[in-house]
Amino acid sequence: MYQWDFYTVLQSFDLFVSGLWTTFAYTVGSIAIGIVVGMAACFARLSRWAALRIAARTYQEIFRCTPLLVQILWAYYALPMLTGYSISNTAAGLLTLPLYVGSFYAEIFRGGINAVDKGQSEAAAAVGMSGLQIMRHVILPQAIKKMLPAFINQSVIQVKNTSLLYAISVAELTYMTSVVNSDTYRPMEAYTLAAVMYFAMLFPLTQWADRVERRLARGD
Amino acid sequence: MDTDRGEPVLQVRDLRKSFGALEVLQGIDLELRPGDVLALIGPSGSGKSTLIRCMNMLEAPSRGEVLFHGRPVCTSFKGRGQRVGTGELRRRVGMVFQHFHLFPHRTVLQNVTQGPIVVLGEAPAQAEARARALLERVGLLDKCNAYPNHLSGGQKQRVAIARALAMNPEVLLLDEITSALDPELVGEVLAVIRDLASQGMTMILVTHEMGFAADVASRVVFMEAGRVVESGPPEDVLVKPRTERLQAFLARHLR
Repeated sequence: MYQWDFYTVLQSFDLFVSGLWTTFAYTVGSIAIGIVVGMAACFARLSRWAALRIAARTYQEIFRCTPLLVQILWAYYALPMLTGYSISNTAAGLLTLPLYVGSFYAEIFRGGINAVDKGQSEAAAAVGMSGLQIMRHVILPQAIKKMLPAFINQSVIQVKNTSLLYAISVAELTYMTSVVNSDTYRPMEAYTLAAVMYFAMLFPLTQWADRVERRLARGD
Repeated sequence: MDTDRGEPVLQVRDLRKSFGALEVLQGIDLELRPGDVLALIGPSGSGKSTLIRCMNMLEAPSRGEVLFHGRPVCTSFKGRGQRVGTGELRRRVGMVFQHFHLFPHRTVLQNVTQGPIVVLGEAPAQAEARARALLERVGLLDKCNAYPNHLSGGQKQRVAIARALAMNPEVLLLDEITSALDPELVGEVLAVIRDLASQGMTMILVTHEMGFAADVASRVVFMEAGRVVESGPPEDVLVKPRTERLQAFLARHLR
């Protein structure tokens, strides 16, 4: 029977907390930038110009079809060899995380916009609205409701994705856990505590996402 | 200028439209003068809806011209000059759709004020006042703050008509506006159209309601397979059809 002993691990609880804050910071940062990237890619996919559509599609396929871990490692180790400039692990993290989640957001945004009935944009056009006005006043307000569940889902996944930054020594929660582990030699307690902390952060989010989805379904 | 019904407001010349290999419009010539109420009738697939959708450029013609007050309508910025852009055209030519297409995330009142506020830059207070007057005219003032999904089909269509009228259009294009309605709701919508016609609104109605067309229209145009087959006042076209095809069509439609 394994003898649980959280005492030594909890001595370094401040490291876990620091790691949690860093995880939170990278999550919020990468989601915020990812939204901007995703919207740009989404509108590029929907634009009239084939060059923009192809460029956006290429970007999406590259970032959706390669593992995030490989992207992070590539940005940190391989990119400096191409550019001649070294890159901090923070920069590597803030480069790849938004680009990665942005490629998924772009699909979610595009799906939401395309789910709005075509008659809506025709009716708006028939009243004389320009493309921008149609998007702003008619399409986006309706599309956002449709994309919200998938968007929240992807954002929850993004919280967990930050743990991959451990591979380039970013001091987020997973990395801090490994530091405590190498100090205390108690991997069971250390990693269990990390899992509990991730769970505590994400469970309220998934419950909220369920509530949002139910409320939207009721509204229809 | 327009007082003697002389100058056409809207005109199409040799209008052709193909979707891929399918030639839906095969050379249409049509004129609409101020005050005209034109009923467009014909079997499904004859191109009626496509024709009026070309008139406000929801479809771009493959060949031929659309003219608004004698000026050609164009879709690009190049060589504007005398031409009419689609934005200007649609501000002055309104459309009502078979399936209403009201904005579900806006109240009835907001549906009607959206166009004037966003497109015409009208002050919200003024737009609201005009919208209330229009909703009263179509008999729906009490539904101002309701959302479209709480309305019946007939009510939705009347809101859609008010929405189109809020832009003060010169012409109304009505695309089978009663075809998606339960029969008992058709009358309330046709009453609104009859009222508009009596006030001199220039309209094109794509319709299957022959009785209504006979009553309200100043001219009836029968289309089949992308061409105009017969055209004239209702007492001629509907009562004394000259071509066999129109006779067959009317036999099927008038019981």
